[in-house]
Amino acid sequence: MTTDLMINDPFASAVTEFAEWKLPSRRKVGVLSLIGTEATVFSIFVVAYVFYTGKSLTGPYPSDVLTVPIVATVCLLSSSLTIVLAERAFKRESAGGFRLWWGLTIILAIVFLAYTASEWYRLITVEHLTISTNLFGATYYSLVGLHASHVVVGLILLTLVLVLSVLGRVRPADAERLEMVSWYWHFVDAVWVVVFTVVYIIGR
Amino acid sequence: MKLRGLFASRSPMKLIIGATLLYFAAIPAAGLALASDSDQITNIFRTNSTPANSISNYSLLVLAICAAIFVTVATLLIYVIIRFRRRSTDDDREPPQIYGSSQIELAWTVLPVLIVLVLAMVTARTIADIQNAKAPPAAVHATIVGHQWWWEIRYPDLGVVTANELHVPVSDGAERRPTFLTLESADVAHSFWVPQLAGKTDVIPNRENKMWIEPFKPGIYPGNCAEYCGTQHAHMLIRVVAETPDDFQKWVAAQQKPSTADAQVKAGHDLFFANSCVSCHTIRGTEAAGKFGPDLTHLMSRQTLGSGVAPNTPEQLRAWVRNPQELKVGCFMPNMQLGDQEVDRLVAYLQTLK
Amino acid sequence: MATASPEIVFPQARERFSVISLLHELVVTVDHKKLGLMYICSGLLFFVVAGLLATVMRLQLAVPNNDLVEPDTFNRLFTVHGTTMVFFFGMPFIAGLMNYLVPLMIGARDMAFPRLNAFGFWIFLFGGLLLYFSYLGAPGLSGHGTAPDVGWFAYAPLSDRAFSRGHSTDYWILSIFLGGIGSSASAINVIATVISMRCRGMTLMRMPLFVWLMLVTAGMILLALPPLTAAQVMLLLDRFLSARFFDTQAGGSAVLWQHFFWLFGHPEVYILIIPGFACVSEIVPVFSRKPIFGYPVMVAATVMIGFISMGVWAHHMFAVGMTSLSNTFFALSTMLVAVPTGIKIFNWLGTMYGGKIRFEMPMLCCIAFLFQFLCAGLTGVMLASVPFDWQLTDTYFVVAHFHYVLIGGLAFAIFGGIYYWYPKATGRMLSKRLGLWHFWLFLIGFHLTFDTMHIPGLLGMPRRIYTYGPGRGWEIYNLIETIGVFFQIAGTLCLVINLLWSLSKGAEAGPDPWDAWTLEWATSSPPPEYNFETLPAVRSRRPLWDLKHPEDPDWKYE
Repeated sequence: MTTDLMINDPFASAVTEFAEWKLPSRRKVGVLSLIGTEATVFSIFVVAYVFYTGKSLTGPYPSDVLTVPIVATVCLLSSSLTIVLAERAFKRESAGGFRLWWGLTIILAIVFLAYTASEWYRLITVEHLTISTNLFGATYYSLVGLHASHVVVGLILLTLVLVLSVLGRVRPADAERLEMVSWYWHFVDAVWVVVFTVVYIIGR
Repeated sequence: MKLRGLFASRSPMKLIIGATLLYFAAIPAAGLALASDSDQITNIFRTNSTPANSISNYSLLVLAICAAIFVTVATLLIYVIIRFRRRSTDDDREPPQIYGSSQIELAWTVLPVLIVLVLAMVTARTIADIQNAKAPPAAVHATIVGHQWWWEIRYPDLGVVTANELHVPVSDGAERRPTFLTLESADVAHSFWVPQLAGKTDVIPNRENKMWIEPFKPGIYPGNCAEYCGTQHAHMLIRVVAETPDDFQKWVAAQQKPSTADAQVKAGHDLFFANSCVSCHTIRGTEAAGKFGPDLTHLMSRQTLGSGVAPNTPEQLRAWVRNPQELKVGCFMPNMQLGDQEVDRLVAYLQTLK
Repeated sequence: MATASPEIVFPQARERFSVISLLHELVVTVDHKKLGLMYICSGLLFFVVAGLLATVMRLQLAVPNNDLVEPDTFNRLFTVHGTTMVFFFGMPFIAGLMNYLVPLMIGARDMAFPRLNAFGFWIFLFGGLLLYFSYLGAPGLSGHGTAPDVGWFAYAPLSDRAFSRGHSTDYWILSIFLGGIGSSASAINVIATVISMRCRGMTLMRMPLFVWLMLVTAGMILLALPPLTAAQVMLLLDRFLSARFFDTQAGGSAVLWQHFFWLFGHPEVYILIIPGFACVSEIVPVFSRKPIFGYPVMVAATVMIGFISMGVWAHHMFAVGMTSLSNTFFALSTMLVAVPTGIKIFNWLGTMYGGKIRFEMPMLCCIAFLFQFLCAGLTGVMLASVPFDWQLTDTYFVVAHFHYVLIGGLAFAIFGGIYYWYPKATGRMLSKRLGLWHFWLFLIGFHLTFDTMHIPGLLGMPRRIYTYGPGRGWEIYNLIETIGVFFQIAGTLCLVINLLWSLSKGAEAGPDPWDAWTLEWATSSPPPEYNFETLPAVRSRRPLWDLKHPEDPDWKYE
């Protein structure tokens, strides 16, 4: 006891008084903070997009060249569902089920990215809309591109987890870590809902 | 607490506090009082134009409120430091541990909020008076275009184009003759500021800003560009020449005339056209129609060169034409590598542009 | 000093490392204390460098039509000075305070994410070095020296490719971008630490006020940096990919840059000053021998400042030509944010009232802070008064105002923090004699320079001019301002000497030299790597007061 730093009496009783001391998980707080700050970055790009709507001096204009990406959106939003199912499987300790749904999430993400890539290809080569064409080009590519880059990062995280799972390195105790990846993924999907609404519905 | 005892002993601390307070009071008062009245001094409290006068009166009110707050809080702070300092005669007991007081907190929240509300209302009123003023019938309209590092000045109704010097008529009891300015920029953000005539308004590309001035006393009112715009931001000076209505009309008439050919300076005139001067400068009455640099049609009617960097004397004009980079390094008029004779001829020609 | 202390036994002091192993330790460390000190020392180094840049500027401006430096050189000086002071002195210094003190104050062993902490430090340092590398970096069109010269807020379109050729502005963008990532990392770390790692019994309302204020600061960092990051990405896209964000020829808006920048820029200055408040909130109670007056109100006021400060940004843009309605709105919001700030001043006064004030170095610095911050706040109210601002903005009055806040306020609070916590970090007391020399020299210099500086602003002197003509009435004031710089240099030298000399020659500090009440004083000086032998548990805001005064503990009254 003499090696203890503190005199015990007042603190000992405090220790027993607060035996049930439960604070939020630091992982969750950290990831939520990250999501908060990333959401703010996205908001600024959305503000720029909305501010510059209708202000391009030359074409092409949104209504001329944009087609609503229904399939891509359905894929991306479904991937939120599949990742939830993957987590449920993980909790049930069904490794096969987990890998199946997690893998499906990855595939849906890839499909989304492929759609984005093909749309950009069309816009650049056929419609001649690049980031330097006009204000619409600048704001469109930066906003959608920022989102796509976040999808890519998410994809890397998802793939990493799948590989680790296949290698047998993911244990039940890692449930919270997986949850954090899925929170990031849900965030990416939520941002897409906003981007989709602003760019393809309101902005056109 | 014994006040007499407090001042009787000569502790260094008190000396310092006393000296500091004196200093605090003396410096600003002295500063402004000492500022002389020469026409180069642009004291924002010695104003001569309706919007600037509004600002000056309003600002004195704000200063008074802030001074009152300062005196109150600073006195409290000094009192607390002196009254509640630990004395050598004190024992080791801790003072009464007070944790807070809701009533006091309420009081010193409500009072500042009230001050803020009053101040905000006065502010709103003054803003509206200045920003929402309408031009009376005799108002003069001018457009100011900011360039890196000079001012283009156009009077669209009068067909006058000049640079760096803005001439305006004064208002008097009989008639109000304010000048309403439209501000545009040809490149980056600048700011038009003539302290004795108005607050500053930024000059921003792809945006039209408006402001107005209304001097009452003829004179020269200096100003500066007040938004950092690159290398020679420091030398983007403004000169507002306020004149009686008659003088202003005379000036306008003179400015409206195109330049006339003068055979004596034909050599210089030809040099002007042989070199690339015409690609930047306009001289009405000739074919020179460049837009990048100042209009030179009535160059000699202006008091300064290079937007205030030098007075418009023959020597300075010669120096400028020989190598503008010597007077205003980084400005966009290059060194034309002219020989002495060429410079003399050019200057002789330019001096006819009255 | 204190009444008979309880018997406390401390672990042995460590043996000295060799230089190589010390350097290695610094490079690989994830210990919050070492990283905190590294942040602080790097910040101080950048402070000295930026101060030297300012000295050159003041020498150039001491007399009219001076030609000590060329216009472009001067323009680079003020750009790099401002950028360094805000991003590479201010932000890292507060990151250092956060990282060093927060775990100790909440009774934790380290931050929530120690490796993220290290990452944040190294990326900040890289960013700072990148900014200075620009002096040597790839030559631009002008040839000599290519440090950025667009001002620390780099207004578009001056900072866009058409008007800022070469790569100087790109260095500005990238160095701040990296610094911003470092700051965000620190902020996430602090939030997670404070929410998730408080010791037993330490509810949010029992944390030291310092920790609360750092929590608010961290939250503000996460909300305020994104607009800057986004704007910088847009500017980079403009400069490298010919995007049109700020290209006014293509319909882009110069004012949009200003909105985005100041959306960041205004909360940023609160992010800088609130840690100053945090230091003062710890020091004033200890040296007045009373608890902080109105702890819950202080918390509420700070949170309010955090929120309101996100809605005042356009007070930097009153001259831009916004509508009278917008101008009035931002005038009102700016004046409103003065209310919680004023409340804090009153609460510190209330803490001192009825106390037994000890004029040790930390307290002297805080008293100077109180006077100076009061003045700075009032000049801020003047600047919030829009029509007055139409004369004052973009003049030396504004320069005087913000240096008053940042030096008169933040720097003095930081000095107080240094004198207060140096003994904890090193185990040695700083020399009071040298401290007094530092304090008075610096104070005189600060006032000579920055009190005087208000006057040229009132006499029409705009900002960011490399020289001025005679006859405008500005000469005498500029000369006095320059003289003041040398007093500040002398004072700073005293501080640096003190910091270095006291490392080996200072008096032994012991765990609690100031008879303070928060948990960092409950461990040895310097603390062991694991901070506390056993993690503490607390029942009140001042756990050490409870220990020292078992007959009259705080938790009976809170």
